[in-house]
Amino acid sequence: MNIVVMVVAVLLSLAALGTIYRIAKGPSLLDRVIAADVLLAIFGAALATEMALNQHLGNMALLVVLTVIGFVGSVTVARFAVHRKEDG
Amino acid sequence: MNTLLDVLTGVCLVVGAMMSLAAAIGLLRFPDLMSRMHAATKPQVLGLLLMLAAVGLQMRSWALLPLLLVAWLFQLLTVPVSAHMVGRAGYRTKHRRPEMLSVDELDDVVAAVVEGESPDS
Repeated sequence: MNIVVMVVAVLLSLAALGTIYRIAKGPSLLDRVIAADVLLAIFGAALATEMALNQHLGNMALLVVLTVIGFVGSVTVARFAVHRKEDG
Repeated sequence: MNTLLDVLTGVCLVVGAMMSLAAAIGLLRFPDLMSRMHAATKPQVLGLLLMLAAVGLQMRSWALLPLLLVAWLFQLLTVPVSAHMVGRAGYRTKHRRPEMLSVDELDDVVAAVVEGESPDS
């Protein structure tokens, strides 16, 4: 089980690094929104992994809250995305 | 039995984490907004399903199944809505790259609507 923890931690860390790079680099607002959504999904995966390893359910509410945050956040930002000339 | 469940849990966790990594690689490598959206759905739906399956396997209780299903279904209901909003905003703000699309059915519809409206306005 310890090996699984290591592997999952490495995979999730690499994934989080990639998404954070995409959030930082852009190139447009909507790309950042999608990358932030993926970052939330990675957080959710980390929470679920912790629950599975320590055999408790304390993070379940957090998982659902993460879903809500991702939904409200991306819908709100997408609603106010406007066309700018420099985006091409 | 315990060993089998542990192995299944490990497989679920590792494959679920690989979904996250696949999404990150997709976000980095794919060229435009629409294909990045395609990559982004992997950890949100299949990845979460595998992770919740791992939780269920480790807790060893059938009574937990409805709770896990509700958490997953909630994600399944909200992700398409937000993806639709992002895709719609992306199409409207010219994030699409027409030279990379093989078919753009929405373009024909928009053109037909614009032609239909132009005599009135």
